[in-house]
Amino acid sequence: MIQPIQKKFKMIQIKPLGETALTVQFGKELSISSNQKVKALCLKLQEKAFPGFIECVPAFVSVTVFYDPFVVKQSYKAENTPSLIVQGILEDMVETLVEPENSSSRTIEIPVCYGGEFGPDLEFVAEHNRLLAEEVIRLHTFAEYPVYMIGFAPGFPYLGGLSNKINAPRRSSPRTSIPAGSVGIAGNQTGVYPISTPGGWQLIGRTPVALFKPNSDQPSLLAAGDIVKFKSITREEYEQYRERLE
Amino acid sequence: MSIQVIRPGLLATIQDLGRYGFQQYGVIVSGAMDMFSLRIANLLVGNEEGEAAIEVTLMGTTIQFKEDRVISITGGNLKPTIDEKPVPLWRPILVKENSVLSFTGCESGCRAYIAVAGGLTVPEVMDSKSTYLRGEIGGFKGRALQEGDMIFFAKENDDSIKLKKMLQAKLKGDFFAAADWYVPVEQYMSKKSLRVVKGPEFDLFSGKSQQQFFEQEFQITPQSDRMGYRLFGPSLQLKKSFELLSEAVANGTIQVPSDGNPIVLLADRQTTGGYPRIGQIAAVDLPIIAQLKPGDRVRFQEITLVQAEKLYIERETEISKIRTALLVKKTSFKTNG
Repeated sequence: MIQPIQKKFKMIQIKPLGETALTVQFGKELSISSNQKVKALCLKLQEKAFPGFIECVPAFVSVTVFYDPFVVKQSYKAENTPSLIVQGILEDMVETLVEPENSSSRTIEIPVCYGGEFGPDLEFVAEHNRLLAEEVIRLHTFAEYPVYMIGFAPGFPYLGGLSNKINAPRRSSPRTSIPAGSVGIAGNQTGVYPISTPGGWQLIGRTPVALFKPNSDQPSLLAAGDIVKFKSITREEYEQYRERLE
Repeated sequence: MSIQVIRPGLLATIQDLGRYGFQQYGVIVSGAMDMFSLRIANLLVGNEEGEAAIEVTLMGTTIQFKEDRVISITGGNLKPTIDEKPVPLWRPILVKENSVLSFTGCESGCRAYIAVAGGLTVPEVMDSKSTYLRGEIGGFKGRALQEGDMIFFAKENDDSIKLKKMLQAKLKGDFFAAADWYVPVEQYMSKKSLRVVKGPEFDLFSGKSQQQFFEQEFQITPQSDRMGYRLFGPSLQLKKSFELLSEAVANGTIQVPSDGNPIVLLADRQTTGGYPRIGQIAAVDLPIIAQLKPGDRVRFQEITLVQAEKLYIERETEISKIRTALLVKKTSFKTNG
């Protein structure tokens, strides 16, 4: 069933990120419903791009819309400033937004070699939660994780569904380089680093699977709406996966 | 024909105005750090302003031209020389076949742009020629330039050919000839003050940190690159700690991890981030920070969103005027030659 999203402006905030972008925030807490509105707004923006629209960046509960203020100002003869013009366009879109129909989601298994040199923060996450490292691994592989968004780095999935028992704060200062395939935890989120990059997450393991495929039409292995399951593998199995991929 | 890289120097990459439309897959924008200089460099040689050019960092880059071609060099003054003679910036230059261009030092700024009439023929990846170093895509084989690389030129347009003919008359046996006119740019290389609009999480910082952010000086640390500049100064703290849901960030977003040291996100920034964003550098001042280097000090000056928008529109109007003026210059060649 396609249902119009109720007009709830007290829940929905539109705020500027400098003079070239506006963020539409559907609430403060992560929920499936907010995440679906994010998808719906992005689809709508791509169907009906306004003059000056550059691109939209979907996140958990928000969509950031990048635009060229000069083109906006030239295209609309309004007295308003570019950000107020774009805000008006977005308010109209949000008001008439319809949630997309639910499609069945794919489940993708990601093998992970936990701990050791691949997961230097596994012990920290265990101690922080007063657990044994094995318990952290059991809890991490037990859950099913919906993909809420791809962002931060090419193909990087932000996953929901992390057990409260294995939360961990971000590092106080990000590492300057994290190897590709690293699996991490930050707050109540978990994810995989597809390419080598700086980052602030606590690292618990590494996968041999490639999440970023620059030469594919769809450059990301995962997409918002997928379900991810992690599977614990040994170091030996990790090496075997790598060999098969090469 | 082509350019051959003799020495890559500290870092030289191919960049255009960036890769848009793929941030939803986590693919970053990249592009020139100093977009203003890139755009002017292209307009000077008769290209579209978004054509790819070579971004040279600090010093050491040396390239050889394999054909007579009109080029321009803009951005920081990294003391470019041909045949030991200094090459002037911000104007069309005709370089002769086999001439060698070297960047020998750092008089002002940090990044220079070399645009070539016709542009560079590297393949577009996801609609852009920009190099994304960490993703190993775009530019020249997805990497920084290396010794021996040959970068081919695209065909010059009629405007560029007219420019070439005009400058050929001035060569007189030298390795290069410079036009006697140039684009007078505002001297932004030496500015140390950046105009900033409050970021989405500004109000979550303590009163003291809000004040220090706009009053005190920050130093650019050596852990700074095209992705972002890490700053050192007063430690900025939140009123109370909390974890944010990751959200989009932009070129010039100033985020603050819990160690209190701000990070300015730049051309190779990630698409989204989870650290609180205290400020957003006005787009017109991004070329200033792009030209600052480790050790330099900066201050942040608060402006309103409306002021930032006004500055943006003024800058675009200014670039339109430069574009028109260059067009007039090109038409006048007809009468001259």
